[in-house]
Amino acid sequence: MKAVMYACPQSLDEAVGLFAQRGPRARPFAGGTDLIVQIREGKKEPDLVVDLKRIPELNELSFQPQRGLVIGAAVPCSQIYEHGKIAGLYPGLIDAVSLIGGIQIQNRATLGGNLCNASPAADGVPPLIVHRAACRIRGPRGERTLPVEKVCAGPGQTALEDDEILVSFHLPAPPERSGARYLRFIPRNEMDIAVAGAASYLELEKDRQTIRGARIALAAVAPTPLLVEEAGGCLAGERAGEELFARAAAICREAARPISDMRGAAWQRRHLVEVLVKRTLQGALQRARGGGASPQGRPGGVNDGPQGRPGGVKEQDS
Amino acid sequence: MKLHVKTTINGEEFEFLCEPRESLLEVLRDRLGLTGSKEGCNNGNCGACNVILDGRLVNSCLVFAAEAAGRAITTIEGIQGPEGLHPLQEKFLEHAALQCGICTPGFIVAAKALLDRNPDPSEAEVRLWLAGNLCRCTGYDKIVRAVLEAAKSTAVVMEK
Ligand SMILES: Cc1cc2nc3c(=O)[nH]c(=O)nc-3n(C[C@H](O)[C@H](O)[C@H](O)COP(=O)(O)OP(=O)(O)OC[C@H]3O[C@@H](n4cnc5c(N)ncnc54)[C@H](O)[C@@H]3O)c2cc1C
Ligand code: FES
Ligand code: FES
Repeated sequence: MKAVMYACPQSLDEAVGLFAQRGPRARPFAGGTDLIVQIREGKKEPDLVVDLKRIPELNELSFQPQRGLVIGAAVPCSQIYEHGKIAGLYPGLIDAVSLIGGIQIQNRATLGGNLCNASPAADGVPPLIVHRAACRIRGPRGERTLPVEKVCAGPGQTALEDDEILVSFHLPAPPERSGARYLRFIPRNEMDIAVAGAASYLELEKDRQTIRGARIALAAVAPTPLLVEEAGGCLAGERAGEELFARAAAICREAARPISDMRGAAWQRRHLVEVLVKRTLQGALQRARGGGASPQGRPGGVNDGPQGRPGGVKEQDS
Repeated sequence: MKLHVKTTINGEEFEFLCEPRESLLEVLRDRLGLTGSKEGCNNGNCGACNVILDGRLVNSCLVFAAEAAGRAITTIEGIQGPEGLHPLQEKFLEHAALQCGICTPGFIVAAKALLDRNPDPSEAEVRLWLAGNLCRCTGYDKIVRAVLEAAKSTAVVMEK
């Protein structure tokens, strides 16, 4: 293993300066739960790792009704699910952050790292997509904003330039009568990578029957996390119900471009997409109606987080 | 280039020199002689290297030693109190919650972090919290019993 340098800038400008100087030889470092492993395995060989955890903008975690939710790129998962407000307002996101790894990983892993690592199976990304999260990106040429679904370009590849960093995620405040749900399938109940995952978001009209808007995004069934716009589109203006949800699920099944690997076969992933989309739509509907948030967890099967981490947030009805 | 790091471990001030890419686990074991934290997988999956960093349970194999600067760390060596073994350690012995023992420090540090936040966890909460710790010997049941018994015994001590 070659020598690496470590820098811990205290401000965003200082960090931007380091990347402007070093370009591709410097690597942003947040929780390190992907990066340290990759350096150790020789898959990444930066000269410099730039620890982002002391930069104030990257540690912001705040909600205001007008501004919505700001999640700094270096905020660890456990802080997100322990934040009382977020749990009620963005339950689909809480589903995901409470099932990334175990407690030790959740205390380090960030959504910024989850997205920028650009794994198709990243659990945090589909919920961010359906909640319409925008990324604030900063580099030597200034600042720009990109929707989360535009960030991943392929496995391990992002739309960020080598000298740019992700500063924060910005999620609009959820409208009334909206709800979201994320589920994944893994062979065991914790500590595994998704064979397939789905996030659904629903917004209802005043009658609590008619769907005003919907978004569905998938994990682990394409080279990048996948927003299936046609599936969300087919729900808008319709009355919520099983048949309608089955139609959206069938569209997602067709949109999926899974591969076969050690975690699962392509046909199995397609099947899982259909099941998960139906279930997450039901879950999102329940939450949009203000009902119970989740069905019971099925050991060894579909992971029905949030499981209520001890000492963290319990399952909350939105 | 070596980095000079000052940190607090188990309430004591420590200073060390390390390479930037060295993990906290490597420094604890190889430079500071704190060999209680174990290396199992070296990639975040087994929990044998667990330490508490500023009140949070982490895998020390996935922390750069350089990150320890100015922070407070608790390792397995810091779990026992002035009067002797921590109730968790006593209950692990009593319930034979170890065989080869390589996973034990990690389980005890993880359980300590749990009881610090939630002194009266349910069995399901204990099992979920310990999902990031692997044991190849015991089958977990005795470990879970030991943690639940330790929670009970500390609750009694606190009531007194
Ligand atoms: C035991 C274990 C279990 C895991 N379980 C899961 C799981 O269940 N689900 C899941 O999705 N993932 C899982 N992971 C993977 C990993 O924990 C997540 O992807 C995590 O969110 C990565 O965040 P991090 O802060 O640790 O990223 P880091 O490792 O710090 O960074 C990851 C990548 O993103 C880049 N990066 C980080 N921050 C920024 C930024 N602000 N701007 C630009 N680039 C940046 C880094 O350069 C690096 O390439 C697991 C990992 C381990 C070790
Ligand atoms: S050695 Fe750190 S988790 Fe296994
Ligand atoms: S006692 Fe041997 S691994 Fe747990």
